[in-house]
Amino acid sequence: MAVAPPSVRVWWNEPIARTELVWMVIAFLWGVIMFFTMIFWHVFGEQNLSNETYKINPETYVAKVDAMVEQYTVREEEGFPVVRPPPGSDVYLLARAFQFYPLLELEKGKAYRMHLSSADVQHGFSLQPVNINISVHPGYDHVFTVTPTTLGEHGIVCNEYCGLGHHTMIGKIYVTEQEGAGS
Amino acid sequence: MSATAIFRACPTTGLKVNRDAEKLIRWNAVAAVVFLAIGGTFALTVALTRWPAVHLLPPDWFYLALTAHGFDALLVWIIFFEIAVLYFASAVVLNSRLAVPKLAWTQFWMMLVGALLTNVAVLQGDSSVMFTSYVPLQASPMFYLGIIIFAVGALIGCGVFFATLVVAKEEKTYQGSVPLVTFGALTAAIIAVFTIVSGAIILIPTFLWSLGLVGTIDTLMYKLVWWGLGHSSQQVNVSAHVSVWYLTAAILLGAKPLSEKISRFAFLLYIFFLQLASAHHLLAEPGVSIEWKIFNTSYAMYLAVMGSMIHGMTVPGAIEAAQRARGFTNGLFEWLRKAPWSNPAFSGMFLSLVLFGFVGGISGVVLGTEQINLIMHNTIYVPGHFHGTVVAGTTLAFMGVTYLLIPLVFRREVMFKKMAQVQPWLFAVGATGISMFMMGAGTLGVARRHWDITFADAPMVFDYPAAAFLMMGLNGLSAILAALGGAMYVIVTVGSVFFGRKLAEDENHLGFPAVSAGTAPVYGSSTHHAIPGTVVLVAIFFVAFVLYYFVNWKYLSEVWPLS
Repeated sequence: MAVAPPSVRVWWNEPIARTELVWMVIAFLWGVIMFFTMIFWHVFGEQNLSNETYKINPETYVAKVDAMVEQYTVREEEGFPVVRPPPGSDVYLLARAFQFYPLLELEKGKAYRMHLSSADVQHGFSLQPVNINISVHPGYDHVFTVTPTTLGEHGIVCNEYCGLGHHTMIGKIYVTEQEGAGS
Repeated sequence: MSATAIFRACPTTGLKVNRDAEKLIRWNAVAAVVFLAIGGTFALTVALTRWPAVHLLPPDWFYLALTAHGFDALLVWIIFFEIAVLYFASAVVLNSRLAVPKLAWTQFWMMLVGALLTNVAVLQGDSSVMFTSYVPLQASPMFYLGIIIFAVGALIGCGVFFATLVVAKEEKTYQGSVPLVTFGALTAAIIAVFTIVSGAIILIPTFLWSLGLVGTIDTLMYKLVWWGLGHSSQQVNVSAHVSVWYLTAAILLGAKPLSEKISRFAFLLYIFFLQLASAHHLLAEPGVSIEWKIFNTSYAMYLAVMGSMIHGMTVPGAIEAAQRARGFTNGLFEWLRKAPWSNPAFSGMFLSLVLFGFVGGISGVVLGTEQINLIMHNTIYVPGHFHGTVVAGTTLAFMGVTYLLIPLVFRREVMFKKMAQVQPWLFAVGATGISMFMMGAGTLGVARRHWDITFADAPMVFDYPAAAFLMMGLNGLSAILAALGGAMYVIVTVGSVFFGRKLAEDENHLGFPAVSAGTAPVYGSSTHHAIPGTVVLVAIFFVAFVLYYFVNWKYLSEVWPLS
C-alpha cells in the first residue's frame, strides 16, 4: 500500500512493467515535440512576441506619444485624437488609468513598429476581437512589429486590473484599406 | 511519559496515532474548512457579478470580493489543509510522535493571525489590489504583513514535518523507505519551502515600500519573484493532492503503487522542474528573453508535465491492479464500475483525478505555451484553467479525503450520508462548468478581473459576441452548483466534527462501503495484473491533449502577425 513502506526493501532494483515504460517514453517524446514546436514557430510562424524592450522614464514616453499625436492626428472622437501614422513608422500607444491613448488608424497589410508602455501602473493590452494580449509595464518601452490583417473597428480592452476604473479603460484601433500609390 | 498515553491504535489501519498530531490535524483542517466557506462565499458573489444579467455587486465591492476570494480560497484554505496533510503523512503514516508540538501550535496560530489580518485589510476596502497585488498598485501595510505572518507560519509547519521525518527515522518507527504518500508529502514540503522563500523575498520589500521605507519596486522583478510564490504554491497543491490520491486509493482499496520506482521518480521530476512555472506568467511581458521563456515555460522540455502524465497512469493503474487482483477482471472496465462509488472519498478522489488531467492539465500546458499565451494571457481563460486544477483538482481531492479524516482522525461518524454522497458529484459538475465556460469566454476575448464587459460607464464601447455573454451566464449557473456542493461539504464536515456520533476507541468504521484494507491483494512491482482499462483511459487523454494543443496553434496562426 502507498501508506506502508515499500514491501521490497530494495525497491529501486525492481524491473519496470512494460506498460509504464512505454507511457513514460511517449510522455517524454511528446514533451520534446511541444518544446521544439515553440522554436519551430519562431522560425516559421508569424506570431511571435519580440524581445525588444527599453527602459524608459514614463514622462519621456508620454512626450513621445504627444509628439506623434501632434504630427499625425486626423480627427477627434469622444474628445480623443485619432492618429494615423504612416506605415512602417513608430507608433506609440500609451496606457494610463483609465485609457489607451490615442486612438489609432492603421492600414491593412502594412507593418508598424508598435511601442507599448504605461504612465502609471500595470495594464493589459487586449486587442479585440482579434484576441492578442500583451502586458504593459510602466518604465518599459516594449517594441514589436505588427501587421493588421482584419478591416474595421477593433477594441483595446484593459485586461490587467489597474484600479477602480479598470473596466472603463478601452481604446480603439481602426484598420482601413491601403491607400493608393503616392499617398 | 508512557507510550500508550501519547498514542492510540487505529482500528482501521492498524497505525499508531500520535495524539498531538491528531489534535493539530483536526485544528488545521477545521481552520481550512472555515476559510473555504469564506472564500467560497466571496466566489459566489464574484461569479454572480460577472453574470451580465445579474451583475450583483457594485465595482468597488466586486474588486474587494475578488481579492478576498483569491486569498482565502487559493492560499488559506489550501495551505491549512496541506499542513494537516503534512502532519498526517509524517506522524500518523510513520507511526511516529510529532516533533516539537509547541512549534506546530505556533504554526497554527501564526497562520490564523496572518490570514485574519489580511482579510481585515481587504475588508477595510483600501487593499483591493487582487491576490497578485502587482506593484505599483498599493495595499495597506497590514495586507502584506498578514501574508508574511501566514507564510512564516506555514514555513514552521514544513519545519515540523521535516523534523518529524527525522524523529521517525531515529526512533525506527518504520522499516525501510518512507511510504509513497510520505514521499509525495515530502515533495510538497520541499516545494513549499522554495515557494515561501520567494514570497518572503518579494513581500518583505513590498511591505516596507507600503510603509514608505523603500522607494520603488521594479514591476517586472516583482512579477517574476511573486510568481515564485504564486505558481509554486500551486505546485505544492499538485504534489499534495497526488499524494492524497495515492492515500485514498490505499486506504479504500488497498492499492499499491504499480512501481515504487516510477511513482517516486515522477515526484522527483516535480522537485526539479515544477517551480520553473513562474515563467507562465511572464510570457506576454516585455524585457524577458525568448530563450528564457521557452526553457522555463516548458519546465525544461516538459519534464514536470511528464511527471503528472506518469501519475495519471499509475494512480488509476494502481486502482485497476488492486481491483483485478480482487477478482474484478471482466472486460476493460469492470474494475472501475465495481469501485466503491457510493463512498464520497472514492468519488471525490476519482473525479479529481480525471478533471485535473483533462480540464486543468491539458489547458495549463496549452496556456503555458510561449506563443499560444498571446491569445489567452489575462483573458478569463486563465481563471478557467486554474479552476480546473485548483478547484476540480486540489479542492475536490481534499474534500474527498475529508470523508476519511472524519472517522479516522476526528473519530466521528459522518453525518448526512446521502448529502455526503451527492456532494463530490455536484461540486465536480459545478467546478467543471466554471472552468469550461470561463475558458470558452476567454477564447472569445473576455478579460479576467473585469467588472463590466458591456462597458456601460466607459467613454467607448467594444461589443463582445453574444456567445461570450452566454458563456458568462453559464459560468454563473455553474458557480451556483459548485457553491451548493461547497455548502454541502461545509455542512457535512462541520456537522460531523461537532455533532457526529463519537466512535468508540476500537471501532473500525469508515461510514461508507470500501474494500477493506485488510484484504489487500499481494503483488509486486513487476508481477501485478495488466491494466488494459487504464491504458484505454490514458490513450483517450493523450489524443485529447494532442488535438487540443494543435487546434490552438491553428487559432494562433489566424491572428495579426507579430514579430
